[in-house]
Amino acid sequence: MREIFNYFKSIFFALKSLWTGMKVTGAYFFKPWKIVTQQYPENRKKLKMYERTKGELVMPHNDKNEHQCTACGICQINCPNGTIEVKSVTVETADGKKKKALNKYIYNLGMCTFCGLCVKTCPSDAIVFSNKFEHAVFNKEKLVKTLNKEGSTLKKGAE
Amino acid sequence: MPFTFSFYDFTGFTQWIDVTLRGACSPFWAVLWEMVIVGVLFLAFYAVVGLYLVYAERKVCAFIQNRVGPNRVGPYGFFQTIADLIKLLMKEIISIREADKLLFNLAPFIVIITSFLALAAIPFAKGLHPIDLNIGVFYVMAISSMGVVGILLAGWSSNSKYSLLGAMRSGAQIISYELSVGMSLIAICVLAGSMQLSTIVEGQRDLWFIFKGHFPAVTAFIIYMIAATAETNRGPFDLAEAESELAAGFHTEYSGIKFAFFFLAEYMNMFIVASLAATIFWGGWMPLHIPGLESFNHVMDFIPPVIWYVGKTVVIILIMMWFKWTFPRLRIDQLLNLEWKFLLPISLVNILIMAFIVLMGWQIGL
Repeated sequence: MREIFNYFKSIFFALKSLWTGMKVTGAYFFKPWKIVTQQYPENRKKLKMYERTKGELVMPHNDKNEHQCTACGICQINCPNGTIEVKSVTVETADGKKKKALNKYIYNLGMCTFCGLCVKTCPSDAIVFSNKFEHAVFNKEKLVKTLNKEGSTLKKGAE
Repeated sequence: MPFTFSFYDFTGFTQWIDVTLRGACSPFWAVLWEMVIVGVLFLAFYAVVGLYLVYAERKVCAFIQNRVGPNRVGPYGFFQTIADLIKLLMKEIISIREADKLLFNLAPFIVIITSFLALAAIPFAKGLHPIDLNIGVFYVMAISSMGVVGILLAGWSSNSKYSLLGAMRSGAQIISYELSVGMSLIAICVLAGSMQLSTIVEGQRDLWFIFKGHFPAVTAFIIYMIAATAETNRGPFDLAEAESELAAGFHTEYSGIKFAFFFLAEYMNMFIVASLAATIFWGGWMPLHIPGLESFNHVMDFIPPVIWYVGKTVVIILIMMWFKWTFPRLRIDQLLNLEWKFLLPISLVNILIMAFIVLMGWQIGL
């Protein structure tokens, strides 16, 4: 008797759980205004971008032309594709100490897979991903970019 | 015979064609011409319905997943599937070196011809019914289960493990689910007292069978929907072409227009089972009538039967697409469990209850 009861219980439970799923998809079907796909070339002017979009790697500079990169090279070590090359120089500070400073931060966009390991491991938050994603160029040499600006220096207190 | 044409009753129109042809040439040629006309009409119908079901499926799937779907070729992507068909027509038909050439080339035609044959027995409107067989339900059942021969041949002759696995799964699936489809249709045949599709439609003049037969008719409808989805190899029962496991199942090795044949036949089979469900459970081209509401019945009569037929079929097709894009695929053991432990016993008991109701004369609206 118990088996028969369980048999019918399983049928009704199955129908109920199937109906739960169908309710969700059915609700989406009847709400076409909830579509999240953006029709890109048409809506280029008012494209809605999200913070998490990994467009390209950039190094933010403040208005005094200062960045936060200490040229430690952790990003270069962590990059799985050899996209990043940190070229540093040794400079002597005012009190006679020898220190590494950033000379050139070279980023090869063509080799980047946008995994984000460099940003995740940077100890001084010197690099971030920007939302710019239209990278088409005619020549692949143009994809090799120097991220630190001309004449920029390390931000005071960022070490 | 004078020319008559009405959207409510095509009998006069088809008879006018028949009489005119018989007056113009000998009976042999008249029959031949009629067959040619019906065949050409069906070919056009087949192509249009097949293409636009593919389009509809892509749109429905997109809306369910909050996407837009095809929207580049023509307004709202309306010509997308036509462009796809032209592409498939121009693609190379690759011949497999180790394949069984004859069977490999024959298989897509078997699949497509069986779905084409099944269309012949479907009543589209009053008087628009190619062959009114007195065993129409049986004929559609028998023909639509012939399609598995083509699938098995395709899997066997491709000489590929994926194709063979897909074909074998499809065989097991169709052989078991065929039973449930038959049993649920028999329950309604008991209620209608006939297997002739035109009689079944006429029997629903007062009330559709799904309402007339109390809960056994509703149970039969649910079982039919599940089993028919499985019989057409659609998701969640698409084990025969499970993309993630078997590449593309039985049509892995096919390319170009032969692949398109399988694809079109799959959608056409869906159309056939949907229109059979609409005819048997929802009254086919018969408008919605409720006993006692005379003015309501009169208003419903103003809508042409073709529109009723197409509307019901489209609703059932939408339900089947809704199934496909909601449920995950079953494993083969779950599939066979569902059939042999649940659907078959329930539908057997269902026939008994239905027979009892008919014997006692308890149908609603009688």
